[in-house]
Amino acid sequence: MQIVLAGVAGLLGLSVLALVLFRRRAAAPILYGACLAICLGLSASAALSLNQAASEAVLPLGLPWLGAHFRLDALAAAFLVIINFGAASASLYALGYGRHEAEPARVLPFYPAFIAAMNLVVIADDAYGFLFSWELMSLTSWALVMARHRVARTAVAGFVYLIMASFGTLALLFAFGLLAGPQGGYAFAAMRAHPLSPGLAGLALVLAVVGAGSKAGLVPLHVWLPLAHPAAPSHVSALMSGVMTKVAIYAFIRISFDLMGDPGWWWSLPALLLGGATAVLGVLYALMETDLKRVLAYSTIENVGIIFIAIGLALAFKAGGMAGAAALAVTAAVFHAFNHMLFKSALFFGAGTVIVATGEQDMEGLGGLIRRMPVSSAAFLAAAMAASALPPFNGFASEWLIFQSILVSPELPQMGLKLLVPAIGVLLALAAALAAACFVRAFGATYLGRARTAAAAQAREADRWSLAAMIICATLCLLAGLFPGVVIDWLQPVPTALVAGHMPPQAGIPWLSIVPVSASRSSYNGLLLFSFVAAAACLAVAVLHRFASRIVRRAPFWDCGYPNLGVLAQYSATSLAQPIRRVFADITFAAHEQVDMPAPGDTRAAVLTRYLRDPAWDFIYRPLARALGATATLLNHIQFLTIRRYLSLVFIALVVLLVVLALWG
Amino acid sequence: MMSALAAQFAQMALVLALAPALTGLTRKMKARLQRRIGPPIIQPYRDLRRLFGKDVVLADNSSWLFRAAPYLIFAATWVAAALVPTFRTGLQFSWAGDLIAIVALLGAARFLQAVAALDTGTSFGGIGASRELMIASLAEPAMIMVVFTVALVAGSTQLSTIAAFMADRGGLRVSLAMALFALVIVALAENSRIPVDNPSTHLEVTMVHEAMVLEYSGRHLAMIQLATSLRLLFYISVIACIFCPFGLITGASGWLGYGVALAAYILKVIVASLLLATLETAIAKMRVFRVPNLLGIALMLGLLGTLLLFVSRGM
Repeated sequence: MQIVLAGVAGLLGLSVLALVLFRRRAAAPILYGACLAICLGLSASAALSLNQAASEAVLPLGLPWLGAHFRLDALAAAFLVIINFGAASASLYALGYGRHEAEPARVLPFYPAFIAAMNLVVIADDAYGFLFSWELMSLTSWALVMARHRVARTAVAGFVYLIMASFGTLALLFAFGLLAGPQGGYAFAAMRAHPLSPGLAGLALVLAVVGAGSKAGLVPLHVWLPLAHPAAPSHVSALMSGVMTKVAIYAFIRISFDLMGDPGWWWSLPALLLGGATAVLGVLYALMETDLKRVLAYSTIENVGIIFIAIGLALAFKAGGMAGAAALAVTAAVFHAFNHMLFKSALFFGAGTVIVATGEQDMEGLGGLIRRMPVSSAAFLAAAMAASALPPFNGFASEWLIFQSILVSPELPQMGLKLLVPAIGVLLALAAALAAACFVRAFGATYLGRARTAAAAQAREADRWSLAAMIICATLCLLAGLFPGVVIDWLQPVPTALVAGHMPPQAGIPWLSIVPVSASRSSYNGLLLFSFVAAAACLAVAVLHRFASRIVRRAPFWDCGYPNLGVLAQYSATSLAQPIRRVFADITFAAHEQVDMPAPGDTRAAVLTRYLRDPAWDFIYRPLARALGATATLLNHIQFLTIRRYLSLVFIALVVLLVVLALWG
Repeated sequence: MMSALAAQFAQMALVLALAPALTGLTRKMKARLQRRIGPPIIQPYRDLRRLFGKDVVLADNSSWLFRAAPYLIFAATWVAAALVPTFRTGLQFSWAGDLIAIVALLGAARFLQAVAALDTGTSFGGIGASRELMIASLAEPAMIMVVFTVALVAGSTQLSTIAAFMADRGGLRVSLAMALFALVIVALAENSRIPVDNPSTHLEVTMVHEAMVLEYSGRHLAMIQLATSLRLLFYISVIACIFCPFGLITGASGWLGYGVALAAYILKVIVASLLLATLETAIAKMRVFRVPNLLGIALMLGLLGTLLLFVSRGM
């Protein structure tokens, strides 16, 4: 506990130091190096404190009668590891990448404060401290988003982000207000002691879903995320996508599992329904997008949906008294959060190196980078396979656990859930399959094929700090996929604390397999599968090179005999998604294409136009904005009244309030 | 222990040896049904040997990924096929991956196939990859739903346990019939067979899988062809061991038992090949954008099967 608080103080100190130092050339390496050291330390200390008893601290800060309560329990420790490891890798990356920053003064002071705020959210043990750090996190990340304020899209992104962040905090504020009750017990300990009535609990749950979901990117509260995350510098994008969404997930877990008391079965419904919709829509959005960083941001939305599905299952199991199954689902949720931090960081780092190397972030202007940037492309490929939930990488291990927990759910007592859960299973499988399509497309259009622009053809491999960060994250993706049992065992204090159950210990299982329920039911051994595939591939190479032809000739590509294909004739990111757009997006996004073909003899070029509609904007936010505008116009009249009318308005308001009070009392 | 290990390696060799014969047999039967003589059954072996002897012609701009992919695709498919119980359950490493993991392993092979197709930057590689991804995006969830149905019946996702359960206590169930129907559709789609794709076409507007491997030659092409054959054998073995587990050894057995089990397996493969050839002769290939309807049916059948089991359980 003391170590975490000291680390946070250190990070805040670095922020102040940045204000002094930012003009120096050495400022960026010093600050990022210090962040790296502090975050590594915090990550290690959190990992060690995971299976220790919860420790608490009260500091005389904040509200005078409340103080600042801090508590480090298993859940907080697990998320501290996610946060600080993600922050450490982002800092390592920034040691190289940060040199390309045009205005370091707009990044350096906010970066350590952002990390500190995320740490504070997780260890806060009272509503005031929680909301204060939550807002600090929002504002510092907003400042980081606005770092490149001269780019036109950034201003829009920052504006939308600021509105959605304030809205989310407001919802959380009300949720905590309900949890605190009329006595105003704003310390979390007081909230745990007073469970809510079912009606109020439902309201608090909805507010928590809205508040945490808007930060995590649940559909339809996701609209700011694909604007804001890509607008920031890439190491900050990685932090926001890989880490800040996890803080929001932490908030939801903390409120729904810990503060609200024993769950009702229907608590799982919002998480399951919104999670399923988010998973599929997130990846469909990603498939429609051609901006590399926005693709990654939408993929974050998908993964948040997957994590929420697991959380929903855990809530249902906990309410149904199935502690073992609930432990499985909670483990899957936290494991996937950890995995997503790893692979999404690596992917955003990759996108950052691509942008540095080419100055281009639209996939339609990239291509062929695998030959110019071999190391970073290999790391990106590994992370992309992890994000596509393919063995032997870590993304598959955690999604496999979620599938296993779906298979336990026929034992749930509620008929409604029995009908819902298989449908959620379909959505999860659909999201996984579409994610593979999305990442084949992202990797293929960016790194494979032939360069579509001169800048892409001239690209140079990234600096060694960036490469180191990418390689470390990608390697850990592989290792966590090969040894998932280690991570699962290490996470077990979390379900023990939250749902009073745990998965079978994985360490004693022979050959390092993982067994979620029992060995006869299901098991998975990533290490063995990986070794088999590697051995079989090596065997095939060895046999063929010994007994078959070893000659390799180089020639122009064949392409069924079509000569002189121009660079633009290769498949682009848009055309790669065309079949999927036609199958899935005509309903969701009203996607359609229009061909303007000139008449014979007319020499003007034919034009193909692609139309897409964003349902979140068209059905929710634009009408909302219009309604707000109309209301504002109506209320505008009130600004120009005489003093008598104002006095009568005040009088009427007073009378109405008194009547309400009289009727209520 | 030793016998399980021996059976495991025997199976790895068996599927590898049998896979080209299955392709050859299917081609032969299809030819006969169409009143052609057709190539001999061992033609795929000859093709492989010839391809092994040929030079590899690589496109000028192809990368390391293009060269590594055929071996990885082959290895992943081979491992997947080796983990399915063909003649006995309880193979040494059958617990290394359950059915979900094996399906995902094939998904990894397809991922590599698709990125390798994009590597040279040709239009045919792109067209094949984009269509394959569209088909997979529906076939994979349908497959997962089939796995769910079967797993709920047998109480396990381990293929070995499922096969043993089906051999001992498997009965007729509506949800299993739905799963079988869905699985057949998925298998047709995943193996690029008619009506989803035509394995013997090189007409550019229709092909999916063949378009992805156009740039491959020599030993690389041989690896991919072998993987394609293995994948067909994998799906036939999965269908056989879940829905038709007769002859499968579930406990200890003598040499005679192994002989019978092996004969039963080969018989099942021959029957499946005959059915496939008949189906491919009887129906026409669909337009690419009709395929989602077919796969949608598979997905809905899988979901219905799962729902039935979910609802009927624990009441």
